[in-house]
Amino acid sequence: MSNKIKFKIDGVTCEAEKGQYIVDAAWENGIYIPTLCNIPGIKPQGSCRICTVNINGRPMTACTTPLLDGMEIENDIPEIREIRKAIIESLFVEGNHFCPACEKSGNCMLQALAYRFQMMAPRFPYSFPVKGVDASHPKIIKDQNRCILCKRCIKSIKDEDGKSIFAFYGRGHKLRVHVDPELADKLTDELAQKAMDVCPVGSILVKEKGFDVPIGKRAYDNVPIGSDIEGNK
Amino acid sequence: MSRKITIEPVTRVEGHGKVTIHIDHEGKVTQTRLHIVEFRGFERFVQGRPYWEAPVLVQRLCGICPVSHHLAAAKALDVIVGAGTGDGLTPTGEKMRRLMHYGQFFQSHVLHFFHLVSPDLLFGVDGDPAIRNIIGVAMKHKDLAVQGVMMRKFGQEVIKVTAGKKIHGTGAIPGGINKNLSIEERDFLLKGDDPLNAEKMVEWAQGALDFFKGYHKANKDFIDNFSRFPSSSMSLVREDGALDIYHGLLRAVDADGKKILNDIDCQDYLKYVGEEVKNWSYMKFPYLLALGETNGWYRVGPLARLNTCDFIPSPLAQKEFEIFKAYTNGKPNDMCMHYHWARLIETLHAAEMIRELLNDSDLQGDDLVTKGTKQKEGVGLLEAPRGTLFHHYRINDDDQIEMANLIVSTTNNNIPMNNAVNYVATREMTGNHEITEGMMNAVEVAIRAYDPCLSCATHAMGKMPLEIKLYDENDNLISKKFK
Repeated sequence: MSNKIKFKIDGVTCEAEKGQYIVDAAWENGIYIPTLCNIPGIKPQGSCRICTVNINGRPMTACTTPLLDGMEIENDIPEIREIRKAIIESLFVEGNHFCPACEKSGNCMLQALAYRFQMMAPRFPYSFPVKGVDASHPKIIKDQNRCILCKRCIKSIKDEDGKSIFAFYGRGHKLRVHVDPELADKLTDELAQKAMDVCPVGSILVKEKGFDVPIGKRAYDNVPIGSDIEGNK
Repeated sequence: MSRKITIEPVTRVEGHGKVTIHIDHEGKVTQTRLHIVEFRGFERFVQGRPYWEAPVLVQRLCGICPVSHHLAAAKALDVIVGAGTGDGLTPTGEKMRRLMHYGQFFQSHVLHFFHLVSPDLLFGVDGDPAIRNIIGVAMKHKDLAVQGVMMRKFGQEVIKVTAGKKIHGTGAIPGGINKNLSIEERDFLLKGDDPLNAEKMVEWAQGALDFFKGYHKANKDFIDNFSRFPSSSMSLVREDGALDIYHGLLRAVDADGKKILNDIDCQDYLKYVGEEVKNWSYMKFPYLLALGETNGWYRVGPLARLNTCDFIPSPLAQKEFEIFKAYTNGKPNDMCMHYHWARLIETLHAAEMIRELLNDSDLQGDDLVTKGTKQKEGVGLLEAPRGTLFHHYRINDDDQIEMANLIVSTTNNNIPMNNAVNYVATREMTGNHEITEGMMNAVEVAIRAYDPCLSCATHAMGKMPLEIKLYDENDNLISKKFK
């Protein structure tokens, strides 16, 4: 028996499975709700808040909220766009994001979101934190200046026993993501590349290669982020 | 009463420069200095970054010739990744880089001559400043202005298909290149609609050269004697002595043409070249160690290159080179304004080389990158439009850059530019109680012969104000005016 239910996004009637997360349901219906910390297929955490939508009038994260019958969702409205833009701007000022020399440029989700939401200059003052670069691992460089603490690497890069190879260290403004020293040798070439790919910014870099995809062939060179979702309409 | 005149910033020169001229109570110029007042700091803040980031990071030094920095850094990193130097790359890797470099040479030389220098020639050094600019050229000499704009555009298109975009691309990576040239891209440049094709560019480059030669004929004294002084010259040359702007051995000749640096391997440059620091400029003063700080200075750039090389390996430019050399009976040319003559010969050479490379099927190859045994240190030299460019990097065990040394073209020309400024200021201003706008522009004309790009930063062209300050003998400001 089908569990399809009806709901509305910005007045458009959509159908999806009951209990699906709103982000997944929206994407299936060709409606783009931006995400940053979320990885499809992995339990969401709602930490970055970029997927904030109004659900029945209240702002909530679309990646963690299951769908209910008759939900009225506001997504692409000025109020929500402004919230998202402010979140993007805050992520930029909290780190040291210098796109011109970053090898993730063109493939960077944060940069792509900034373009999509037309960030010109951040409304918040730059904090220029001193965060450093950890290049001690033989396979990767962890540039803490660019890390947005999204946990995507912690959640998705695991050894054969299911243990996370990346982990949080420190608290508050000293919180950093590092390779767990006890599992450092479990980071194979394949996992290192996967970690770089799953990082939404340029914080995890596989050593001794970079800029090998020419401009024009990178993920977001020609179309804005989310265009593939919207193409499903 | 002695006076101090400050020309700040220097106009129609991209970036910020300042000239101070001290005049004693008899109206005699006692000291002239060209100050570079911007601090860039790339050597410091590239430290700690992954080495493969350097070609993309350091090219931000400049908006006119970023390709030079991009390629010089990539060449240094070729050594670090074990690809060797010069012919260590695959044919596709090396030829794509060369095409990028010739494209940049072409657009940069065109920008230099048409946009920044031609107003001085067309309207006179002391012409009305309101029309002595590229807009004035466009109004009065439309064909010339259109050619300048379209030639620069063509060069930028060459950069775009090799580096990914027109300014600050990513094409060169350690050990090679990240793309080849598609047939569509090749045909766009080779067979594009007029005027944007390689054939037309060769024709127009020849035309620009003919224009200069005609001007020279009519203004012989100005072109031959303006800020003329002898010097040594330095540049890269190919192993057989040919002009080669991408790779070669380092050669220097003295004012008589005698070799004072005999085709050395670039990796050894520190054995031969030193740098002096002075407290009044952020720009250092390079010199040949064997000759010392006082006598070891040299010129770089188009004039120096044609003084050091034995021939130019493209037929039309070689023919012009022979005429150029015959003018000084084969001796090194020491005429400041002949920089422009040499520049236009090189522009023709670049157009010829672009045409030749576009017909080379190696550009469609798929073997893009070479790597070998990793090294800790590498040096990359090439000839940037304004002269020899040195990039030197050392990395640590974690693949981070721990040392960078850059000697940029403008730095190599530091003393010659100071000498040129001093020469002109002394000749134009000594004994004159009133310092006119034309006299000050003459000082700038001397700088522009060498370099339109003092600090490797871009600004609105021709929009920078000129500020003149007069000081008494105690350095007190007694009057100032703006233009």
